[in-house]
Amino acid sequence: MTEKRMTFGQATVDAMGHAMREDNRVIVLGEDISWGGNFGQFRGLVDEFGHDRVIDMPISEAAIMSVAVGAAVTGLRPVASMSFVEFTLGAMDEIVNQASKFRYMFGGQVSVPLVLRASDGVLRSSGAQHSESLEGLFTHIPGLKVVAPSNSADAKGLLRAAIDDDDPVVYLENKKITAKRGPVATEDYRTPLGVAEIRRPGTDVTIVAYSVMALHAETAAEQLATEHGIAAEVVDLRSLVPLDFATVAGSVARTRHAVVAHEAWTFGGYGAEIAAQLSEELWGDLAAPVARVGARQAPIPFSPPLERAVVPQVDEIVTAVLRTLEGAS
Amino acid sequence: MNDSVSPDVMLAMHRTMVRIRAFETRVSELFLDGKLPGFVHTYIGEEAIAAGVCAALRADDYITSTHRGHGHAIAKGMGLNELMAELYGKATGVCGGYGGSMHVADFSLGMLGANGIVGGGFGIAAGAALSARYRQSSQVAVCFFGDGGINKGTFHEALNFAALHKLPAVFVCENNQYAQFTAASRTTSVDDVATRAGGYGIPGKTLDGNDALVVHQAALAAGKRARDGFGPTLLNMVTYRHGGHYVGDAEVYRERDEVETWRQRDPIPHLEAAIVAAGAAPASDLAQVTAAAQAEVARAEQFAEESPWPDDSHALANVFTEAP
Repeated sequence: MTEKRMTFGQATVDAMGHAMREDNRVIVLGEDISWGGNFGQFRGLVDEFGHDRVIDMPISEAAIMSVAVGAAVTGLRPVASMSFVEFTLGAMDEIVNQASKFRYMFGGQVSVPLVLRASDGVLRSSGAQHSESLEGLFTHIPGLKVVAPSNSADAKGLLRAAIDDDDPVVYLENKKITAKRGPVATEDYRTPLGVAEIRRPGTDVTIVAYSVMALHAETAAEQLATEHGIAAEVVDLRSLVPLDFATVAGSVARTRHAVVAHEAWTFGGYGAEIAAQLSEELWGDLAAPVARVGARQAPIPFSPPLERAVVPQVDEIVTAVLRTLEGAS
Repeated sequence: MNDSVSPDVMLAMHRTMVRIRAFETRVSELFLDGKLPGFVHTYIGEEAIAAGVCAALRADDYITSTHRGHGHAIAKGMGLNELMAELYGKATGVCGGYGGSMHVADFSLGMLGANGIVGGGFGIAAGAALSARYRQSSQVAVCFFGDGGINKGTFHEALNFAALHKLPAVFVCENNQYAQFTAASRTTSVDDVATRAGGYGIPGKTLDGNDALVVHQAALAAGKRARDGFGPTLLNMVTYRHGGHYVGDAEVYRERDEVETWRQRDPIPHLEAAIVAAGAAPASDLAQVTAAAQAEVARAEQFAEESPWPDDSHALANVFTEAP
């Protein structure tokens, strides 16, 4: 196995290359993609695969998504790209009313093998319409799978698996980690959907996170170990739907304490689902209520101190862990 | 120009229209009798469009349909049994009872689904056309939509894209002059929606949607243009719903005189007159077609009545594709 250090973006270009070389049904369509895309996620693809397979779309999000649906149900495997996750809101009908429902509503006649890629999360004061984490909108909808990798190796493997998958998969790439480098195997491989990974073992508390928050959780765990002597286990979900609840529950059953962390809003967020399932399944085992860390209930503000006040980082995870352990019975 | 439609095609279109009419007439009765769950939008009065267009298509061509989709399904080849059973919500329905009236589909017939969202089909048809071109299959995708749909943003997004790439698509506006309850004159900025084609640099034509021969020839020309690589066409087929937006609609928004005038312009007698005049068949044969269609609908009703309900243990099947 050969390995290279790649940015998250380079890793996904690598995955696209493998997929497009193996299967000529794979096409990619989105805004600016023959120029490489906003974060270089498509760099070089047009040179190898041409404009018939790397299709520059007008700024027409509904068309991007509905064209992908039409292509997917007639024999292709499109990867549709939205530069920012907020842009998917202009295609919500196509995502929710069409892509997610076609298989079920038509009695299983057809699959909708497409990937919807979007960049999400906070990056250097991008403002209210380019900073959000909207995964909760997608995880709520039956028929959509949702993945949110935290590192380059998973970015490649999950994208490859998402393209292979016969159902619509929403692939969320956090802007803050797009440029971050990590080791990636150069050969073709898949990271299966629905398998969480324990990033750091620990015995005192479980931090459940994904995407950029999984990295923050690892930093928080290190800080908790050195400053407080607390051994935190970090579970990186990687895939939100399907959810690997067994790994989460297995960890929490051992540590008896859980903190769920994401950059999305806490209120009504995906973390609430994890917290609720843990309460339902492990009520007797929990030594303290499941704590949640997420953004406060406001649009993401522009000014750096305001943005920092709304969006959680490492400190909030540390505080939540300490509070959870303090309140423990 | 109507002489160029062969007698066989005229008779095939007639049979399709009569079958749609018989089906929809019985469906209206069944709905009012409380036999059908949900609600239904019937195609009565608009049959010439589905029949005329689909008679111009290859079996493997694609269509996208609307909430008023039974006629498109029948014209594309769906059997009345599985269509009726779907309206009943029975396991033998074309979608196993998961879809219902607004979501009938048969992908093996290229019928990519009736769609409960107005304007939902524009991009899906464009995507199917893109796929056909990419696969070099020489298939065409026809998008049926209503005059209500023409004011959706998806109309603009999809037509721009389809025109830009000269995709093999045909956009067929079934202009029944009412968007749900509201007259086109109160919702649409232009009198002639075909003029909107100009904004995309594609041909647009306004036609008598109640004349199956006119519809058919326009669809043949637009289909050929699309298949030959010259891109999409917008066809504005003017027609009229004999009934309301849905069965049971109180219809307070249309003048009786207007409804009566359009009922006089019924597309079925219109085609029958043309058939007789062309010597393609005598009137007595056409009456037999109607009787046969009614008998077929009665059999479909019986099939649906006698079919089992879906097994409720399957309610969560097919949310996702099962692993092979």
